[in-house]
Amino acid sequence: MTDARVIPIKAKDTKSNTRKKPAAKKAASKSASPSRRSGASRGSSGGSAAAQRAEEPEEQPTPKHDPLPGTEPEPVAWDRKVANALAFMRRRVTGDYEIDEFGYDRELTDMVLNAPLRPIYSRWFRVETRGLENIPDDGGALVVANHSGTIALDSLMTSVALLDHHPARRQLRMLGANLVFKTPVVGDFARKSGSTLACAPDAERLLNKGELVGVWPEGFKGVGKPFSERYKLQRFGRGGFVSAALRTKSPIIPCAIVGAEETYPILANAKTLARIMGIPYFPITPTFPLLGPLGLVPLPSKWIIEFGEPIYTDGYPDDAADDPMLVFNLTDQVRETIQQTLYKLLVQRRSVFM
Amino acid sequence: MPRVVLVTGVSRYLGGRMARILTEDPQISRVVGVDVVPPRMDIGGAEFVRADIRNPIISKVINAAEVDTVVHMGVIATPVQAGGRMSMKEINVIGTMQLLAACQKAPSVAKLIVKSSSSIYGAGPKDPAMFTEEMEPKHTPGSGWAKDSVEVEGYVRGFARRRPDVDVTTLRFANFLGPRVDTPMSSYFSLPVVPTPLGHDARLQFIHEDDGLEAIRRATVGDHPGMFNIAGDGVISLSQAARRAGRPTVPLPTSSAGIVGAMIRRMGLADFSPEQVRFLTYGRGIDTTRMRDIFGFEPQHTTPETFDSFVRGRQLNRLMPPERVEAAEEQLVSMLTGGGVSR
Repeated sequence: MTDARVIPIKAKDTKSNTRKKPAAKKAASKSASPSRRSGASRGSSGGSAAAQRAEEPEEQPTPKHDPLPGTEPEPVAWDRKVANALAFMRRRVTGDYEIDEFGYDRELTDMVLNAPLRPIYSRWFRVETRGLENIPDDGGALVVANHSGTIALDSLMTSVALLDHHPARRQLRMLGANLVFKTPVVGDFARKSGSTLACAPDAERLLNKGELVGVWPEGFKGVGKPFSERYKLQRFGRGGFVSAALRTKSPIIPCAIVGAEETYPILANAKTLARIMGIPYFPITPTFPLLGPLGLVPLPSKWIIEFGEPIYTDGYPDDAADDPMLVFNLTDQVRETIQQTLYKLLVQRRSVFM
Repeated sequence: MPRVVLVTGVSRYLGGRMARILTEDPQISRVVGVDVVPPRMDIGGAEFVRADIRNPIISKVINAAEVDTVVHMGVIATPVQAGGRMSMKEINVIGTMQLLAACQKAPSVAKLIVKSSSSIYGAGPKDPAMFTEEMEPKHTPGSGWAKDSVEVEGYVRGFARRRPDVDVTTLRFANFLGPRVDTPMSSYFSLPVVPTPLGHDARLQFIHEDDGLEAIRRATVGDHPGMFNIAGDGVISLSQAARRAGRPTVPLPTSSAGIVGAMIRRMGLADFSPEQVRFLTYGRGIDTTRMRDIFGFEPQHTTPETFDSFVRGRQLNRLMPPERVEAAEEQLVSMLTGGGVSR
């Protein structure tokens, strides 16, 4: 496909989206179950467009996840919020919670890890999400996106987009490089928020379990590229993600992210320093390391995340994953789709920051 | 159907219990237990033969009793029990070599069951989330019990090649835990303060001692050649386990693990081989699909249940028992809300 569908979003709508949503989310994040959340957003944003959208999950509860214990569907009062927060803390202190085999801690991700990302998503980057209807409500699917922006903020924002704005509230299970899991703290948070190592067994395992899997095949080549090469897709790995999709017959959903390139424009790469520190690149941006920790604040670029039409893989024969030519062609097709969507979005964008 | 069963490592807890369980099976006429020291616990109707599997005496035992099934449980994970790392390696590796050499020469032997360990998969950042039986380790274990297990499995493979008429079942167990069994993990979680790798939270899997023994029994009486991962359902993280045990943790940078590990080892509190530290840093998961579908075994205890039964069985002195935390929570809630909310 060369021309992805564009859903024009009026400026007024966007505004109500960004203004009302966070308030609703904030109220909801204290409560624990998906059904409770939608109740909360209805109460606080009073029938706005945002609330209308947020109401939908009530009819389509997330299929795989049971509601967490200790909640009943009633309006959230402050005392109940306190009680929920305390119950959450009790479960944390006594270890009475569940993690899945990849180490994903749903409760922690919901109540703690995603909380700081939501204002960044809606206020700082004012992310506009398009084509969410291309993501299935259930079942395995592979989201393939371009990678950029020095640190992998784009993956976090995509995950917030799918969790908070998709009607089925889908949790994106991201695949990360082994450096991520080697690094203390970072690797720990990555696993707890649902990521796992980018390798064929894990990708196929997640897809077979019907999870929505996110992959950034450019890897470090994508995030660490200089600013002058912005929005030019790097090589797409070895096409391992296509093989995984073919083996599990999951659709591939190309995803284009515009805005992340401008968050930390890399002017130069201090290669020697990177080698000493054992990291793939050491970025030098206009503010980092010049301004020290202040240089870690990303520039407030305006983001657009567009999910393209799915590329279905269930029509191919069972051994299609062993046909390297087909894998290369599909990889190219996905890459081209993303590249074309990026160009299209760049043309539409009025300015980097507005 | 086995008639005469030889069980190695019978003087230790699991081996002794295994021998007793097998004597209760009416179809098995004779159970011979072998170990270097006499068993401290009751091994039921099993005969004990004091023999070192590290020397050729074992061959005479097998031939004299016309053993048809060998259950090899003589691979030791705790150097303290074996009397040091050197003798542990002797028992594990040389012992297995001798035992297999004897089995190869004995025409009566028709079945071999080996209690192996999931530690042969190693542990590291490049590991897939769950190891299936066909996967090769990404980080080959280089020390301790894990390395022994790799070598033991190597000899077992060699034996299976040379004696294709013998059915070999290799069971790769997740860490054993339960109310009574002594393992590196039980001594680790019994430490007054649990040192954990800073910034990492390993995924752990456990197998309950009763489930593990049932798996070995099943392999002994049935026909299930092949390799099987055996673990309880579910995983728990290291920090979660420590909280469930009510143990305070001290996160230490992994670079200091060597020094701290050596200190703890010297004090005889727990085993901390570098391999063990890697495991506690990166964790490991093993896939049990084959255990369910081909071996046909369903553990009675999940991983969290196994851990809880260990905590209860050891009566670990919890710093914050869940009942107290719950009481405190209820008090706080009623204080803040004037008793209006019932959870």
